Amino acid sequence: MAVKKFITGNFYEEAVLFPAVKKTRRAGYKIHDIFTPFPIHGLDKAMGLRDTSLHTAGFIYAISGTATAVGFITWALTVDWQINFGGKPFFALPAWIPITFELTVLFAAVGMVLTFCYLCQLAPFVKKDHFNLRSTDDTFVMVLECTDKTNEADAMSFLQSLGASEVQVQYKETGWWLGRYDKDTKRFERKAEVAAQ
Amino acid sequence: MALLRYESQVRAPLVEGDKDYHQVTEDICRPVEAKPTRAWWIGFTVSVLFLIFGIVSVTMEVIYGTGQWNLNKTIGWGWDITNFVWWIGIGHAGTLISAILLLFRQGWRTGVNRAAEAMTIFAVICAGQFPIWHMGRVWNAFFVLPYPNTRGPLWVNFNSPLLWDVFAISTYFTVSLLFWYSGLIPDLATLRDRAKKKWRKMLYGVAAFGWTGSTKHWQRHEALSLVLAGLSTPLVLSVHTIVSFDFATSVVPGWHTTIFPPYFVAGAIFSGFAMVQTLLVVTRKVLGLEEYITLEHIDVMNKIIVLTGSIVGIAYLTELFMAWYGANQYEWAAFKDNRLDLFSPYGWSYWIMMGCNVLSPQIFWFRKMRRNLVVTFFMSILVNIGMWFERFVIIVTSVYREYLPSAWSTYYSPTIWEAGFYLGTFGLFFTCYFLFAKFFPVIAIAEIKHILKRSGENYKEKMDEIEHETTEEFAEKHGHDHGA
Repeated sequence: MAVKKFITGNFYEEAVLFPAVKKTRRAGYKIHDIFTPFPIHGLDKAMGLRDTSLHTAGFIYAISGTATAVGFITWALTVDWQINFGGKPFFALPAWIPITFELTVLFAAVGMVLTFCYLCQLAPFVKKDHFNLRSTDDTFVMVLECTDKTNEADAMSFLQSLGASEVQVQYKETGWWLGRYDKDTKRFERKAEVAAQ
Repeated sequence: MALLRYESQVRAPLVEGDKDYHQVTEDICRPVEAKPTRAWWIGFTVSVLFLIFGIVSVTMEVIYGTGQWNLNKTIGWGWDITNFVWWIGIGHAGTLISAILLLFRQGWRTGVNRAAEAMTIFAVICAGQFPIWHMGRVWNAFFVLPYPNTRGPLWVNFNSPLLWDVFAISTYFTVSLLFWYSGLIPDLATLRDRAKKKWRKMLYGVAAFGWTGSTKHWQRHEALSLVLAGLSTPLVLSVHTIVSFDFATSVVPGWHTTIFPPYFVAGAIFSGFAMVQTLLVVTRKVLGLEEYITLEHIDVMNKIIVLTGSIVGIAYLTELFMAWYGANQYEWAAFKDNRLDLFSPYGWSYWIMMGCNVLSPQIFWFRKMRRNLVVTFFMSILVNIGMWFERFVIIVTSVYREYLPSAWSTYYSPTIWEAGFYLGTFGLFFTCYFLFAKFFPVIAIAEIKHILKRSGENYKEKMDEIEHETTEEFAEKHGHDHGA
């Protein structure tokens, strides 16, 4: 497999990380990813990642749960095998609300978790490289991807100037486990940035 | 940035001591990475012994049938269904803490949610045992599932609350498990990356699903947690509502009331918080996590106990009033003769329930009592006893003297095997809890780190300075260069 070159830098303060992200993107470097020990609100926006559509997927799963429950119970109790419970109608919708609700929740929850695992490529026995083991402890690790045009020394000193420590070059094999988010990334909009100041 | 983290100084810090991110990891991982202590071995062994007693008791029941529990035609639901409702109620606090308090943005839930969610899962596992073994011919338990069969095909009765319960409990268990585990994944990754030994690295590596902490993954993780919380909130309300339908949709005097769903849900949260207190008062001490599960946490949960205890009290009185005011002689007899009368065969249980659930939590109106660990622990046991008796009162005192005097039965008392089954579920519950406390971080590491700079003691002190600065001073000191 092809080998890719990355430059990693460690940050310890959110207050340092955010302006660094902004400047890195403005300088035109390609941020491969930032690995953090906990969710940092707003970092996804700062990196230009688009919002996740996981909610929408969840809604679709929920609706399919509802449809499954209503459809199946209707078929079972009105078509397949009608049972007369004290002369009540076969189509007893109010009595089916609890099960319909439960299946709605069940489908949504299971579907969303599976989708989440699929999108993030999470599963038992999956092994991924995340550049620095301390990124699950106390370190925010910014990883720049080196392209043909990237000057390694420049990029390293640039990261250092932003407040990153232990800046180093790492080589990784390319593969799905590295994750690719560049398709999600919006172009940096200089115009909006100027307006914000 | 700094300003966005502002939290009022009125609120006590949720993490005490001088902590940074690394220290949080160290503190919470220490009990997991250390060798089990002598206290752990003793507790674990006792739990396993109880579990074995439970297995023996269940075996007796499977061989000889539910008559082995002294159940008879009149009292068909005895301790077993009492225990079922009791355990499932206990589970509710975990979901309340992890889901409802997430939606309400309550920062204090981060210290206790992991343990409380684990408690939920173990409690639901224990609860599930009772209806299953109560079936008697347990090898036919799969009859409750709707599957194409050779009996018609005769489907299960989708109009029956007992079937609703099957769906509610199994959904509740599944969703709670998914919610809990998806929250655990990042913390398991922390343990994996800290592991020195090869087998540890491998086991936690498998369990952590290859989590990296990528920003995109965190974004999805946050979305997932929020939606799961949004789903769990109505789910937890529906579960105990449906459990209460098991009673409320029947025509038995004492069961046939519309107040049951809200009354059951409040009672469930009440008993669940009591169990959380029982567990956490001990856990924080034994694992040395007093700086994360602070007196503030204990205090807040005791407030919830006095609130829900009082709601339950009002429900008891409303139910009593309606029994009298409703002018249904059978309903009123169930209350007057079977419950209120202290000297009736099971009247004492009603008054134990009243004393433990309504009167005793009122002590928590006093701040000193709320922050006293001995009182909290004692009260949490008392509340759990009271809530067990609530279910016992509802079940046994309603059916032992129903409409038909010739069917009255006052001879119900549990056998050793019925009590053994109950004690066995304690064994199961605590065996699971001990294993959890040994092999998993009992506090959500990532979530604590997330609130650390807002609610940590050392950060809050600095915030006090910031609060009293003028805008210019603040911008001068904390502003960063936006670049040209």
